[in-house]
Amino acid sequence: MSLLTVEGLTVSFGPQRVVRDLSFTLDAGQCLAVVGESGSGKSVTARTLVGLAGHGAHVAARRLEFAGRDLTALREREWRGLRGRRIGLVLQDALVSLDPLRTVGAEVAEPLRVHGTVPRPLVPQRVQELLADAGVPEPAWRASQFPHQLSGGLRQRALIASALAARPELLIADEPTTALDVTVQAQILDLFAGLRDAGTALVLISHDLSVVARLADHVAVMHAGRLVETGPAEQVLNRPRHPYTRSLLDAVPGAHAKGARLSAPPGTGLPPGPDGCSYAASCPRADDDCRTFLPSRDALGSLCHHPLSQAAAATYARPVAVTVATDPAPPPTAAPLLEVVSVGKRYRRADGADHHAVHDVSFQVAPGETLGVVGESGSGKTTVARIALGLVEPDSGSVRFGGDRWSGLSERQRRPRRLRVQAVQQDPLGSFDPRWDVERLIGEPLARTGAPRGRARREQVGELLHRVGLAPELMRRRPIELSGGQRQRVAIARALAPEPDLIVADEPVSALDASVQAQILDLLADLQRELGTALLFISHDLGVIRHISDRVVVMQGGRVVEAGAAEEVFTAPTHPYAKELLAARSGGGAR
Amino acid sequence: MSPVDREVRATTGPAPLAAAAADAALPAGSGSAPGTCPASESGPEPEAPSTAGAAVDPAPLTGTALPAVAASASGAGAALRALARRAGGPGGLLAFAVLLLLVLVAAWPGLFTSAQPDISDPVHAFLAPSTAHPFGTDQLGRDILARVLYGARLSLLLGAGSTVLSVAAGSVLGLLAGIGGRWADQALMRLADVLFALPPILLALLTVAVLGSGTSNVMLAIAVAFAPGYARLVRGETLVVRRSGYVEAAVGLGLPRPLLVVRHVLPNALGPVLVLATVGFGSALITASGLSFLGLGPQPPAPEWGTMLSEGRNNLANAWWTAVFPGVAITVTVLAVGAVGRRAQARFTRRTAR
Repeated sequence: MSLLTVEGLTVSFGPQRVVRDLSFTLDAGQCLAVVGESGSGKSVTARTLVGLAGHGAHVAARRLEFAGRDLTALREREWRGLRGRRIGLVLQDALVSLDPLRTVGAEVAEPLRVHGTVPRPLVPQRVQELLADAGVPEPAWRASQFPHQLSGGLRQRALIASALAARPELLIADEPTTALDVTVQAQILDLFAGLRDAGTALVLISHDLSVVARLADHVAVMHAGRLVETGPAEQVLNRPRHPYTRSLLDAVPGAHAKGARLSAPPGTGLPPGPDGCSYAASCPRADDDCRTFLPSRDALGSLCHHPLSQAAAATYARPVAVTVATDPAPPPTAAPLLEVVSVGKRYRRADGADHHAVHDVSFQVAPGETLGVVGESGSGKTTVARIALGLVEPDSGSVRFGGDRWSGLSERQRRPRRLRVQAVQQDPLGSFDPRWDVERLIGEPLARTGAPRGRARREQVGELLHRVGLAPELMRRRPIELSGGQRQRVAIARALAPEPDLIVADEPVSALDASVQAQILDLLADLQRELGTALLFISHDLGVIRHISDRVVVMQGGRVVEAGAAEEVFTAPTHPYAKELLAARSGGGAR
Repeated sequence: MSPVDREVRATTGPAPLAAAAADAALPAGSGSAPGTCPASESGPEPEAPSTAGAAVDPAPLTGTALPAVAASASGAGAALRALARRAGGPGGLLAFAVLLLLVLVAAWPGLFTSAQPDISDPVHAFLAPSTAHPFGTDQLGRDILARVLYGARLSLLLGAGSTVLSVAAGSVLGLLAGIGGRWADQALMRLADVLFALPPILLALLTVAVLGSGTSNVMLAIAVAFAPGYARLVRGETLVVRRSGYVEAAVGLGLPRPLLVVRHVLPNALGPVLVLATVGFGSALITASGLSFLGLGPQPPAPEWGTMLSEGRNNLANAWWTAVFPGVAITVTVLAVGAVGRRAQARFTRRTAR
C-alpha cells in the first residue's frame, strides 16, 4: 500500500477552485515532483497535505490517506500530532520561515520537544547531529547563532534540519532551492537525494525543471489547478505528451544554441469553457473539443485530446526561429562600444573593513553583441552593471564608452551621453515612478530625445509598445496594474525609447515564470537582431546566459575568473570555479 | 461599540442612509444629551437607533429580511453603498459626512441657527438646554449653539492654517536636508533635534510668549511646534525616494537635478506626509484650542471653541453646558478628521504596496 494516496482532491477558496480533481500516490523512498507555474495550485496542494490549506479553504477529496489514516477527517489537534512528526514541511524562504528571535538550535529542537521523540537531556546532542546531517559545518557553534548570522544556504539547511528533527516519513518541500545559488542548490539537492535513498518519501514542489530532473522519480505537471500530465520522470521530461509540458520544457534555456526560440507559438487565444482544458487558449493544437470538455486520462497519464505522438516526442527537437541570424558575433577586435579596463570598487563595511565588491575587472562589449556576465550572489555582477551604467564611480581603472571617457566624469559631462546607455532592472516595478501610467513612463525618455509632445509622442509610445508585444490599450495603466511579464516589457520599451547603443540588463528575467522568461528572452533576441543594440546581460542563471550570450564573463568574489565565447566557456571551462558552477548546474541529469 | 455602530455594521442595505440621517441630526441641534455628538468612535446614543429606524423602512432588520431590503433599495441606496465602500465602510462614510457638515457650518453658520453668537442678554444668562436654546446660554446670555456653530470657522481655520504652515515649512526643510548633502542635513536635523527636545505645546507657548497672543500668532506658534516632525518625515521619505529604482532610472535618462527633484523626488516624498497631515490636523486643532484655553489665542468675545471652554470652566459646577458643548465640538472634529486621515493612510499604503 502506498504511503500517501490522493484521489480527487479539490481545494477551493469561495467559488474559485485552485486545485481540481488531483490524484496521485507516493511510496516510501520515492520522490514526486509537482511542476507548474505560479498560480497553478502547486503550493496549495503542498499545504493541503499538511492541513494548512489556508484560511477560507474548502478541501474535498474522495481519498486522502497517509499511512492508512484518513486525512480528511483529521481535526486540528490530530494534525498537530502528525505535522512535523510524521510529515515535515520545508518552505522556500528560510529567512522568513525561521524565527529571528531564536537561535537555530532552539528552532531545530522545537519539534523534538513538542513531539517528545527524544529524551529531554539528549535534545542538544540530537540537534547537533541533525544539523551535521543536514550538512551544516561546525554544528555546535551554528546552533548558538541566530538566523540572520547564517548565509542563505545554511539557513535553508537549518530549516531542513528542523523539518527532519522528528524523522518524518514524508517530507514536503515547496521550492526549497529557489532562493539559493547554484552550487548551494546542488548541495541541498544532494541532501534530499540522500534522504530519499534512506527511505523518506519526498514531495518536491518546483518550477525549475533542472532541479526536478535531478531528484524526481515521478513528475506531475499542474496547470490552473489540474494535473495535465503525470508519469515517470524520464518519460515526462524526455517524451512529453501534453503540449503544456512541452512548452515548459521548451522554455528552459539551456544547452541550445543562441537563436533557438524558447516560447511556444501563440495559440488561438479563444478562452475555454468552464469544463474545457485550461490550456486551450494558449495551445497551438486546441480545437473546439478542447474548449468544451476534458478527455479522460490516457494510459500514459496525459490529459489531452491531442497528445504529442510518441514518435514526434521521441524526435524531440526544438523549434528554431526561421530568421535566425547565422552570422557569427562581431569579432571583439572591432572598436569596442564599452571598454572596462581593470576597474575596482571598494565599499566600507559596517565593521569598518574594506570590502572589494569588484577587483581588477576588465571586459569589452562590441557594438551589437551580447556579453553575458554570470556569477553567484555577492560576485560583484551588479556593481559591474552599475559601473557600466555610470551610476557608480570605480575607485581604480577606467571605463570608456563609444571611444570616449565614461568614468571619472562629472555628472554634467556625462549627462548628454546617458541616453546612449539604458538599463533594464530585475524589479521593473521599483524602477517606475508609482504615480505614472505607462504612457508617461515611456514618454519621459522620448521627451529627453526632443520628440514632439502630444499626439505624435503618443503614437511613438504606441509603436514602442507594439514593438515589445503589448497592446496600446495598456498606455493608461499604472505599472502596479500590470503583470510581471508586461512590466518587464514596458521596462524594455522604455530602455529602447532613446534608441541606445547599449542596454544593461541586470537579472531581467529572474523574477519571472519560465514561460514568461522564455518570451522576454525571445523578445530581447528579436530586438537585438532588428535594432543592433548591444546587450550587457547579467544573470545568475547559467542556462539563460548560455542561451542569450555571444560571449561570457564568469565572475567570482569580485573577479573575472573566466571569459570567452559562450560555447567555449560552456563546453570547455578552464577555471576550477567555472567547472564547479557548470557541474552544479548539469549534475546528475535525469534519473 | 454603540448601538448605532452595531446596526450600521449588521446591515448591508440602506444602513449608510440611516447613519447619515442619525448623523445629520447631531450638530443641527435636535439632541439634548451630551452623548449625541461623538461620531463614529464612542458614546451610546439613546435616540439614535430610533432615528435610524425612522429613516429606514423596516425597523428591526433581521438576517432573513436583509435580501429583500437590499433588493428594494433604490439606485441612490446603491450609490450610497458604493460611496461607503470607497470611504472604507459605514464608519468612514460617517466621518466624511461629519467633516462635510463641519465645513458647511464653518462656511455658512447662519444656515444652521437663527441666533447670533455675540448678542448678550444678561436676563437669560445660564439657561439650561431647552428647545429655545438647545445648548443653553452662557454667563452673558449668549446662545451656546450659535457660538459653537460660529466658532467652527475660527477653530477649523486655526487647525487647518497651522497644519498647512507646518507641512509647508517642514516639507521645504526636510527636502533640503534630504537632497542638500551632508552639511545641510546635519545642520537641519540637529536643529530639529533641539526642537524635538521640547514638548510641542511648550514650544508653541514659547513662540506665543515671544510673538504675543492672537489668531495669526497662534497659527505660527503651532507651525513652529509641528514643523520639525514633518521635516524629519519628509527627509526620511526623500532619502528613500532618492535611492529608489525610478530615480536611478531618471538619472540614467540624463534628467537634470532640479527636474529630477521636482518631477520624481518631491511628489513621491510628499505623499505619505500629506496623509499624515490629516491626522496631524487633529493635534494642531487640540493645541490651538489649548492655547486659546490659556487665553493666548483669539480674544473674547470672538467665538472659538478653546476660548469658550476656558470661559466655561469657571461655571462647570452650576452650568456644565457652557464648557461641555465646545469640548464635544472639538472631540467630534478631531475624531472625524482622524478617522478620515487613517482611512486615507490605509488607502495610500494599499496603493503603493506591492
